[in-house]
Amino acid sequence: MEQKKYWQSFTELNQDSESFKKLAKDEFREELPFEMDDKGLLDAKTPRRDFLKFLGFSTAAATLAASCEVPVKKAVPFLNKPEDIVPGVANWYATSYINDGEVIPVLAKVRDGRPIKLEGNDTAFTKGGTTAKVQASVLGLYDIARLRFPLEDGKEAPSYDAIDKKIAAALAGVGSKQIAILTSTVNSPSLAAVVAEFTAKYPTAKHIMYDAVSYSGLLDANMNSFGKAAIPSYRLDKAKTVVSIGADFLGTWLSPVEFSKQYAAGRRVTDKSLDMSKHIQFESYLSLTGANADERYTHRPSQTGAVILNLYKALGGQVAAPALNDKKLEAGIAQAAAALSANKGAAVVVCGSNDMYAQIVVNEINVLIGAYGATIDWGTTVNYRLGSDTQMNKLIEDMNAGNVGALLVYGANPVYNHPAADKFAAGLKKVGLTVSFNERVDETTAQCKYALPAPHFLESWGDAEPKSGYISFVQPTIAPLFKTRAFGTSLLKWAGSATPDYETYFKNYWITKLGGQEAFDATLRDGVIAPAEAAAGTGSFNSSFTSEAISKLNAAKPGGKTEVVFYESVAIGDGKMANNPWLQELPDPITRATWDNYAMISKKMADELGIAVDDDYEVEVKKPVIKVKIGNKELSLPILVIPGMHPDVMAIAVGYGRGGDLTKEEDKEKAIQTIGRAAAGTGVNVYPFVSFNGTSNDYYASVSSYEKTGDKYTIAYVQTHNVYEDREEVVREISVKELREKPETLQEESKKLREDFGEDFRNEGSLYDPKLNERPGIHWGMSIDLNTCTGCAACVVACTAENNVPVVGKKQVAKYHEMHWLRIDRYYAANRKDQFDDVNVLFQPMMCQHCDNAPCENVCPVAATNHSSEGLNQMTYNRCIGTRYCANNCPFKVRRFNWLDFTGADSFPDNQKPLVEEGGMDAIVLDMNDDLTRMVLNPDVTVRSRGVIEKCSFCVQRLQEGKLKAKKESRPLKDGEVKTACMQACPTDAIVFGNYNDKESRIYKIRNEEQKNRNFYSLEQLHVLPNVSYLAKVRNTDRHVGVKEEHHAEEGAEKKEAGKEAVPSGH
Amino acid sequence: MNYHHRRKLQKANLLLLLTATLLFGQATFAQDGKTVFQTNCASCHNPYKRATGPALFGAFDRWGGNEANMKAWIKNPTAYAEKDDYAKKLLNEYSPTVMTAFSNLSDAELAAVIKYIKELPPPPTDNAPTAGGTAAPAQDNTLLFGVLTLILAVIGLILLQVNANLKKLTDDKEGIDRGEPIPFYRNKTYLATAIIGLFVVGGYLTVQGAIGLGRNKNYQPEQPIYYSHKVHAGINQINCLYCHGGAQEGKHANIPSVNVCMNCHMQINEYAGKEKLYREDGSEVNGTAEIQKLYKYAGWDATARKYTGEGKPIEWIKIHNLPDHVYFNHSQHVKAGKVQCQTCHGEITNMGEVKQFAELSMGWCVNCHRETQVQFKENGFYSIYEKFHKDLKEGKLDSTKGITVEKIGGTECQKCHY
Repeated sequence: MEQKKYWQSFTELNQDSESFKKLAKDEFREELPFEMDDKGLLDAKTPRRDFLKFLGFSTAAATLAASCEVPVKKAVPFLNKPEDIVPGVANWYATSYINDGEVIPVLAKVRDGRPIKLEGNDTAFTKGGTTAKVQASVLGLYDIARLRFPLEDGKEAPSYDAIDKKIAAALAGVGSKQIAILTSTVNSPSLAAVVAEFTAKYPTAKHIMYDAVSYSGLLDANMNSFGKAAIPSYRLDKAKTVVSIGADFLGTWLSPVEFSKQYAAGRRVTDKSLDMSKHIQFESYLSLTGANADERYTHRPSQTGAVILNLYKALGGQVAAPALNDKKLEAGIAQAAAALSANKGAAVVVCGSNDMYAQIVVNEINVLIGAYGATIDWGTTVNYRLGSDTQMNKLIEDMNAGNVGALLVYGANPVYNHPAADKFAAGLKKVGLTVSFNERVDETTAQCKYALPAPHFLESWGDAEPKSGYISFVQPTIAPLFKTRAFGTSLLKWAGSATPDYETYFKNYWITKLGGQEAFDATLRDGVIAPAEAAAGTGSFNSSFTSEAISKLNAAKPGGKTEVVFYESVAIGDGKMANNPWLQELPDPITRATWDNYAMISKKMADELGIAVDDDYEVEVKKPVIKVKIGNKELSLPILVIPGMHPDVMAIAVGYGRGGDLTKEEDKEKAIQTIGRAAAGTGVNVYPFVSFNGTSNDYYASVSSYEKTGDKYTIAYVQTHNVYEDREEVVREISVKELREKPETLQEESKKLREDFGEDFRNEGSLYDPKLNERPGIHWGMSIDLNTCTGCAACVVACTAENNVPVVGKKQVAKYHEMHWLRIDRYYAANRKDQFDDVNVLFQPMMCQHCDNAPCENVCPVAATNHSSEGLNQMTYNRCIGTRYCANNCPFKVRRFNWLDFTGADSFPDNQKPLVEEGGMDAIVLDMNDDLTRMVLNPDVTVRSRGVIEKCSFCVQRLQEGKLKAKKESRPLKDGEVKTACMQACPTDAIVFGNYNDKESRIYKIRNEEQKNRNFYSLEQLHVLPNVSYLAKVRNTDRHVGVKEEHHAEEGAEKKEAGKEAVPSGH
Repeated sequence: MNYHHRRKLQKANLLLLLTATLLFGQATFAQDGKTVFQTNCASCHNPYKRATGPALFGAFDRWGGNEANMKAWIKNPTAYAEKDDYAKKLLNEYSPTVMTAFSNLSDAELAAVIKYIKELPPPPTDNAPTAGGTAAPAQDNTLLFGVLTLILAVIGLILLQVNANLKKLTDDKEGIDRGEPIPFYRNKTYLATAIIGLFVVGGYLTVQGAIGLGRNKNYQPEQPIYYSHKVHAGINQINCLYCHGGAQEGKHANIPSVNVCMNCHMQINEYAGKEKLYREDGSEVNGTAEIQKLYKYAGWDATARKYTGEGKPIEWIKIHNLPDHVYFNHSQHVKAGKVQCQTCHGEITNMGEVKQFAELSMGWCVNCHRETQVQFKENGFYSIYEKFHKDLKEGKLDSTKGITVEKIGGTECQKCHY
């Protein structure tokens, strides 16, 4: 039997291949800018001339730089300094991230008047967790494509007053026709009151909510089952068994932050307690949640109903269930049923389907396993998604029938993301008055007569009620950058309200409700109101619709031979935040691709298409393009072969292809101006392929045909960028069974190493004087629990925001030049090389390991990287001359080199534009260096220039700040007082950081007391002594996971030797 | 030509000596009168400007050279005015202020002060530079030594050439044929020596120049308002942190906002300090006028005593500039480190307009970090350094040297660069 191994790319499976060798060897795949043959510079054709050229340039440059006079700088203090502002000291304001129905309470860090970073609010129901989107949303504030003033017929309107008069007149003239207020999910109580006031004035007004990615089926199902069109709270932390049928609850479904927190609580194990929940996932494509599951089974999307029925049947439901014709899936259902039955009252089934009937049967299952009142709480309902597909379709009918007199659009963009977008656009033309309040001239706004941009949430007053009783306030952190006006203010003005200003209205609303200014101020300071914890509500279940649902599911027509799923990606989501370069450049957790969407296909499908998944497949960034025919529509897009897909299912992310067809240059230019450069024309839009099934939208379809077009398309994906050569033991995984039977399995290798190195483990094999290894005060350390890390990538964006990590653009990512200091490596594990459909997936956050015996430090010719007495591997940019020896010698490949001037920090102003014009660099880099965008930069972190290496610094600016605070208060540093940006952002608290010298610290306890058995250091055999330790991933399964025993025995001897002598050279 | 130059220099030296002697001589002569003037008269009289009383330059002539009358007037102005028309006119002109009677002054003192007034030099005009100013550069001897070295080198060269010629002559005499002598400018040894010399000197200058790039020690730009730290922090003893409160809170010490200035200057609307204020170029500063400038920035109507609301922030010229890649935090030094402001900013209490005192170079920072002790025992933060505390107690560490900033990692790169 072939041994199991962990691999990141197909290429790695065959390490003898030419491709792999080339990949490992060409670490810096760069063409040097002069004529070269293999003989080297001196033997080149024109060595003397080249030498003189470079010499001349350097001399000229130096002279130029030297002759510059020191510029006169000014220091302009306030005329009248506000009491609470001290220049250079950050202020924090409690507010909320709001993106449609998503509400995450945050604290905004405001430096010198500019919000620069968002962090989770620890006191809120999200317990301080954030997502990648939350972290990136601060960049959205400084988006240069935002609409800066009100528009009338596409031209700048003279003033709001002028518009108000015209609109008031138009509204008065609507007569008996409907006034439709079309919004995305709005869960703000005060805004609801505003809408009520508006409706009172205009009785024909109707508020319709619409979500791009709909939960209408779930809402309708609950309406039938529980008499409430609402979604209950899920309590995954109380569940011993979690079965998910297509719900990507850790990535995109409903409220990933909350679910991640709860999920992690149920999954966290210690040496003392190995109790953890069991997670079984049924899905069609490989999702983030599926990647984390203990057991994972794939099915066709059209089979969702069948899977649910079979599960219901297996649990004892008296139903007929269609045959699945898939042994593995059937076994999975049996396994899930057994696990659910064994944990009645502590089990939950969640389903991501938007089909009402499917959800009704899922409700029935949850009743059967006693979930209600235990793991599902009807006492607190959630308001993340309130949109209704049927109401939206009704509106489109009404519009086309000419029954709608006025349409006010806020937050919704149906021209882009509604399946019947054409119909909506046609209807729009028949509406007399169309007003959009969206922040930019998006697809829908472009077709409206008036555009009255609403401010960004960081510039707004407001509130939200994400869960019943839970209130989260929004307060401005900066004065509005542009001539924007709150949506509420417009409605109040037009309604002729006594308080025609939303800010005052909001304040009055809450002062009355909370009983005074003082209570209001306190809430504003805290940011949130939370009701007292109550026992979970069971709801009153009504099973009268079940039989209809079951028959509908049984009668569902089977899908075609090949099917396609449309999913939300973790970074881009429904596409509203698509113009966020941080999110576009965030590698997808599963595919590791950036800046595009694509068809994820199985190996089987690739074989059918005649695409060779060989050694070269993943090294080559140009991917074949396929043409997919769905119904009578077609689309062309590149493919990525992803293990773990259902063999006959392809998956395509929604949220891309903003701006529609941009083949014409002028269209493209216009879309860049209005929608934004990062979003316009990136990927393809698949919303038009979503279909309406009579009650709700289906996010899957049957593929009539698909074929290769012969074209190739570059997908900038990063998984092949950092190769560990043939080194293993980077990541570790174990099953809970094996860990229980032999708790110290994972420590064997480490023990052997310790024996080999003898007593003086730390100093043995080190080039440094032992004195330099002393850490007299603080010894920073980080521990990352791979078991609770879900791979959600919130930390990656948090790191980007905190450390001014540049955006490099797609072209440069494709050239291996992405700059992320923190990456999350995705590993596949399979027992057989050619097994592509059934894989374990692991995530490992990888950043500078701050090795105490660092191989990078002693190869730097200018000592630009060296070690601190606190255990930090320090990088000094102004000393770095860019030899890249350090990056070459780093076994973890975490050092990033500034190949180009990504930040505009160089003194040569013209070294970006010509490159962009020549096509070497994407114009997005220029946008990121716009004066407006640069307001997001953290002033405490140097903006790096071209030609220097950079890497994770353990957020040294935060460490220094924390230490200074302690010094000023004359006390030792408290454990947990300083948090790195990644640790703060993590929704599952997988990252722990602290002073290892402090015996009471979490980090010390994790390594030496609580998690001794799972603790490991990546590539420990190299004896580089990292200050980052990991806790091995545990799967709650009886299957064998991790590397085979035989493998250990075989490689053990070799490893020992390698560990002994290989340290400094790190070959 | 060189000799000529040197003579010029000597002349300059002589001139300097002469002027100094003359000035000094004059000073001793008028000493008493000046003292008397400064202790008794200067609060109301300026030699050249009308102050509370008239300018005194030329007063002797205005009194018709009558010393006795002047004495009588000074001793009791009101009484004397009754019998003298000029005195009466003076009193009326400056009414209602009446000159104080100085009956306590002796005749000798009065004579001295009148003599001082009589001999006051004419008021300095703008284009007449002071004697000290022009001669000052001559005190720097580097040029002199440089020139001397050059002359010696030339003499040496000439001697070498002469030597070579003589050698050739003797050789010719002895019949040894050594061929045509190479002229010195083509002599390879000379050329090589010269090139190496140039290279060394040039290299040294380049390196020094490069090191000095961006360093601005003694930078003292003219500010939009003549603000004297000497008057505020020196004479009036205002605490530095009253205005620069940011120094104990964060990164920047912060120039105070205009409203902080107005806390005091709402009351203090004129400069009435005894000390006169001079700019670096020697011109005198009218403190009161500078306060008026402040009012303009603040939008303060001094007569109506209210804000007009038309203020604007003051655009000060930033003096202490650190490169962007340096992180410096004032509170770290002022609050945690208890470092005096003067350590880095020099004798600020004695500066008119602020001058950059320190080099603000990395070497300068690092040196201080090497020598300065942290508040090791006093500050609770350092209690975690158990080993050092133990070593100090056991005498393993020199307690006089103490725990320096360097010892706890204060010279590591990422303490300031990140």
